Amino acid sequence: MAEKIVKLMQGNEACVEGAIAAGMRFYAGYPITPSTEIAELSAEKLPRIGGKFIQMEDEIASISAIIGASLTGKKSMTATSGPGFSLKQEGIGYAVAAEVPCVIVNVQRGGPSTGLPTSPAQGDIMQARWGTHGDHSIIALYPSTVREIYDTTIKAFNLSEKYRTPVILLMDEVIGHMREKIEIPDPDEIKIINRKKPNVKPDEYLPYKIEENDMIPAMANFGEGYRYHVTGLIHDETGFPTSNHRIAENLVNRLVNKIKDNADDIVEYEEYLMEDAEQIIVAYGATARSAKSAINQLREEGVKIGLFRPITIWPMAEKQLKIIAKKVNRITVVEMNMGQYFNEVDRVAGKYTKVDKYSRVHGELITPEEIVSFIKEG
Amino acid sequence: MPSKLVDKYFRTDSLPHIWCPGCGNGIVTRAIVKAIDNLNLNQEDVCIVSGIGCSSRASGYLDFNTIHTTHGRALAFATGIKFANPNLHVIVITGDGDCAAIGGNHLIHAARRNIDLTTIVFNNNIYGMTGGQYSPTTPTGDKGTTAPYGNIDANFDLCELAKASGATYVSRSTVYGANMIIKQVEEGIKNKGFSFIETITICPTYYGRKNKKGDAVDMMNYLKENTVNKIAYEKLSEEKRKDKIIVGEIYKGQRPEYVEEYEKIIESF
Amino acid sequence: MLENTKLKLVVEKEFCKGCGICVAFCPKDVLILEKGKVKVENLDACIQCGQCELRCPDYAIYLGGN
Repeated sequence: MAEKIVKLMQGNEACVEGAIAAGMRFYAGYPITPSTEIAELSAEKLPRIGGKFIQMEDEIASISAIIGASLTGKKSMTATSGPGFSLKQEGIGYAVAAEVPCVIVNVQRGGPSTGLPTSPAQGDIMQARWGTHGDHSIIALYPSTVREIYDTTIKAFNLSEKYRTPVILLMDEVIGHMREKIEIPDPDEIKIINRKKPNVKPDEYLPYKIEENDMIPAMANFGEGYRYHVTGLIHDETGFPTSNHRIAENLVNRLVNKIKDNADDIVEYEEYLMEDAEQIIVAYGATARSAKSAINQLREEGVKIGLFRPITIWPMAEKQLKIIAKKVNRITVVEMNMGQYFNEVDRVAGKYTKVDKYSRVHGELITPEEIVSFIKEG
Repeated sequence: MPSKLVDKYFRTDSLPHIWCPGCGNGIVTRAIVKAIDNLNLNQEDVCIVSGIGCSSRASGYLDFNTIHTTHGRALAFATGIKFANPNLHVIVITGDGDCAAIGGNHLIHAARRNIDLTTIVFNNNIYGMTGGQYSPTTPTGDKGTTAPYGNIDANFDLCELAKASGATYVSRSTVYGANMIIKQVEEGIKNKGFSFIETITICPTYYGRKNKKGDAVDMMNYLKENTVNKIAYEKLSEEKRKDKIIVGEIYKGQRPEYVEEYEKIIESF
Repeated sequence: MLENTKLKLVVEKEFCKGCGICVAFCPKDVLILEKGKVKVENLDACIQCGQCELRCPDYAIYLGGN
């Protein structure tokens, strides 16, 4: 067996490496702190492997370009932060409606508006879920270590291809810029999923027709002989716009349900010291690292406490949280926002147990000490 | 049974189209298809990208790889498509609002890159789809539903804008002189670089009615009488130049094309 | 132009929206509007110039067939 490659890597770099390992061959972006290194490294690496990088004139142009590129079959990504993520929403909605796989990285920074450009925050949880207008589902992943950024970026591409949906990778500024030692997996060990291609002749192809028991239509690439129409308007299985109410309702339902009904396949989480826990912390990203450290301290003092760390933020691990809520007497949601995920956890778990929140929006990481004292206060 | 041309290149089951009686958009759309036919391009190798607005409904009627994008972004989507798959002939159909207002930034940057796209603007001087608001090409003084007392904005000369931004083929034609559109689209597709073709079209329903320009025939006659070729225009006195629509090839130049330049970087490794 | 002599004017009535452009710009007054639709009134005068087809916004008239 070949010797493992171990590298000291920044989070933003791990994102690019993971993306390339997943098959990314197209990147369009616009510089913005603290995500810029993702664009810089993509610019450096992609042409070396025959891929394409383009710096567009703004964030909307960038997401539009990656949707266009994905339609030709190239796995595509863009990355942004703060105000840039607001601008991506138009394209995210288009990719949801037209079912075009793509990955949008958001290395979060303090908001609202231009906010705190170089400070960590987790304030885009709900924008990731509901930022674009209209009813829809979304997949959002949230890594907590540099190594996990590598893995979740691959997973983001795989899920986007499998479910024909934009996937949002939420990152923390501190992890994007932090360096950690990571072991690069052997390419053979990496599971890659590609979009399902049509198995009919071009003249029989209906771009949005679904098979029984499968909510994902097969996707032909532009330039491969399948001529079809793509639109953000409500469309029928031919891809052409319609205002038929029944078709409109069916389409929106399918777009939502293809994610919701596959939650078991999509949802990933980590449980830490949960077996005998009487209370738990729910935290994600960098905050989960502080929470882990706090839990270790509290355990030393005899507090039976564990951590539930969602890696898939959307769809939410509702089923698991419900089971946990029935077993524990307190859930504390720790996050660098005013309680965006807390509201969701409370909705799911609130009727079974007490749900508390510890929220900070001061642009600094929440420390283990803060968490310890909050938990002790009861 | 429609004509052979229409039957081959249109999705005929979606005809008749939604455009109003006398709207010039159908004339431009046919001219584009005729140019594609004259050049013998394979339908599989052509991608039509449109934005939002009356003009941009054209993509849905055409039997190629077609994409109806978001408002103003057609050129950004098209840039991604062309850059990712340079084998495709990417043709962008857009309107004056789509490409010069909300998409103005994408227009100047696509031209600056000289990326091999052929852009055809259906310029009807108004926002038709939303019911007659003034656009960046509504002449100063003219009316729209949002300019009830007359438009005080200066209107864009789109060809000069495209030329200044770096397009390597720039031309203008009108729906009255539709044969010229065909020639210009052919030239645009053949040009390896960013091609910009402004077609002056007519909107009797909104622009015409709001500004008392008469019916479709009157508006066509106006184009007939006020159109002058670029060469002839230069010979006109200042007084006679007023309100004239200059048609023909406005600019042709040569600059490195974006995708080819990038391919050179890839090949250097 | 021998080939062209075989071409005839075809009207696709369902597509016609009655804008009158073809009628107005036919150089030989071949066409009229009748009940809001184009009608070939004087086929003998047609010189098959194709101006009607070129400017019809609705693909309702063309030179074709035998």
